[in-house]
Amino acid sequence: MGLIEVGIAAAKAFAVLMLVLHMSAILLWVERKGSALIQDRIGANRANIFGVMPFNFGLLNTLIADPLKLITKEDVVPAGADKLLHFLAPFLAVFPVMVTFAAVPFGDQLVIGDYTINLQVADLDIGILYVLAMSSLAVYGVVLAGWASNSRWALLGGIRGAAQMISYEIAMGLALIGAVMTFGTLDMQAIARAQGHHFYGVIPAWGIIYQPLGFLIFLIAGIAESKRVPFDLPEGESELISGYFTEYSGMKQAAFMLSDFAESVVVAGLATTLFFGAWQVPFLFRDGFHFPGGVIVALPHLAVVAMQIASFTIKVFLLCVFQILVRWTLPRYRYDQVMDLGWKYLLPLALANMLVTGIVIVMLG
Amino acid sequence: MGMGAALFLVLAVLTVVSALGVVLHPNPVKSALALIVTLFLLAVVFVLLEAHMIAALQIIVYAGAIMVLFLFVIMLLNLQSEDPERGRRRFVLRGLAWAGGVLLAVELALLTRGAPVGRPGAAPEGYGTAQSVAQSLFTDFLLPFELTSILLLVAVVGAVVLAQKQRRPTIS
Repeated sequence: MGLIEVGIAAAKAFAVLMLVLHMSAILLWVERKGSALIQDRIGANRANIFGVMPFNFGLLNTLIADPLKLITKEDVVPAGADKLLHFLAPFLAVFPVMVTFAAVPFGDQLVIGDYTINLQVADLDIGILYVLAMSSLAVYGVVLAGWASNSRWALLGGIRGAAQMISYEIAMGLALIGAVMTFGTLDMQAIARAQGHHFYGVIPAWGIIYQPLGFLIFLIAGIAESKRVPFDLPEGESELISGYFTEYSGMKQAAFMLSDFAESVVVAGLATTLFFGAWQVPFLFRDGFHFPGGVIVALPHLAVVAMQIASFTIKVFLLCVFQILVRWTLPRYRYDQVMDLGWKYLLPLALANMLVTGIVIVMLG
Repeated sequence: MGMGAALFLVLAVLTVVSALGVVLHPNPVKSALALIVTLFLLAVVFVLLEAHMIAALQIIVYAGAIMVLFLFVIMLLNLQSEDPERGRRRFVLRGLAWAGGVLLAVELALLTRGAPVGRPGAAPEGYGTAQSVAQSLFTDFLLPFELTSILLLVAVVGAVVLAQKQRRPTIS
């Protein structure tokens, strides 16, 4: 592997990391302003550094002011806390979320000169299993934050988080199996490519056409995995202060918040890849647009790749916004409702989805 | 020594150290955490052996699911650190005896049957992929595979029966 290949790999990893981080930060702002819009408030308008209209530049100001504030805040470790684990927990919460995106393709191949760059950080044969493996590790940040804080609120939040995340992980994995069966591969780039054709020449053959129920189960389980309203019982600020991260301050507290938003981005990224055609743009092929009716618009290679990446980013963003809409529309579930939904409805539904998918695949030969 | 061998050596040392941590750490939560690290490192060893699928399953099943339940139970019962003095020496001695015995047995087996000589050949094409694992699971090992699922089902039913509260006769 030459120096250039290493550079390309590093650049891809950096780009994806930045995508997740920036998307999370932008979502934080969208959530503040969006919730204000929904509730007929003005929302965050204090970070108005240059005296300009907050809504126009509020995003920029929030992106600068919030991290500055959080980094400079005092870092409090409660008395009697397990210092090592209390320190480690925020990292364990952020790390699995950040590395999950490595297996998600954000574009097709980019050809520059002699180099063919696969627009995916890690081209894994078992991409989906890798994603499930990493997301299954996300629970440790929550559990350890809860346990190491030496606080009743945090411990309750941590225990709730562990039970909830492990329950919905199963439904999430089973919902993905339907899509895997449809496409016949665990390789996410192959799944993305398989969604490139059109039914009857007009309807893009995205995963949601094959797996509408699978998508619904995956989205619900994904929201529950990212511990967002209506599944925010581990945090539950009206009953547990802040749940598992009650005893965190400054940047560590921000790390937990960031990991929640980043998990939303990851869920949106996976849903995009499996159910919404990944980086596919309808009617866009390698050499340009082929519209139904025989109209062909030829495009240069770079423009095609740029549109693919833009398409992926926009789809992920829209799915994230949808999750925020859900968050500000529904009230929090009761704990028994959360468990009932996961085990009594989503799990059997996901199994039935698998069975029906299998029967259809066998019947179609 | 190749890159792979050097990596393996580092991983092996780390794995053994964290495995020792599981046994020796007095705090149950830290002990469970050390076990998670051990399982994670084992998954990395699987990756070195080109068995990516097994590595992913190792993390999903053991590090991601079973160990969460371990931690959950430890936290729920609020287990405290054990008293370091009480009976510690006897357990350590007994453990060392067992470990020594197993090591001796392995060495004897290697001596009598002969150690594997030379480098094993490169992994065959498609080794360790989901397809090849599934192929052998659903052809050569179909019966053991299905029997294992029945065993798991029995365990689940047994756990539910044991965990069920005793039905008291209702007072009318």
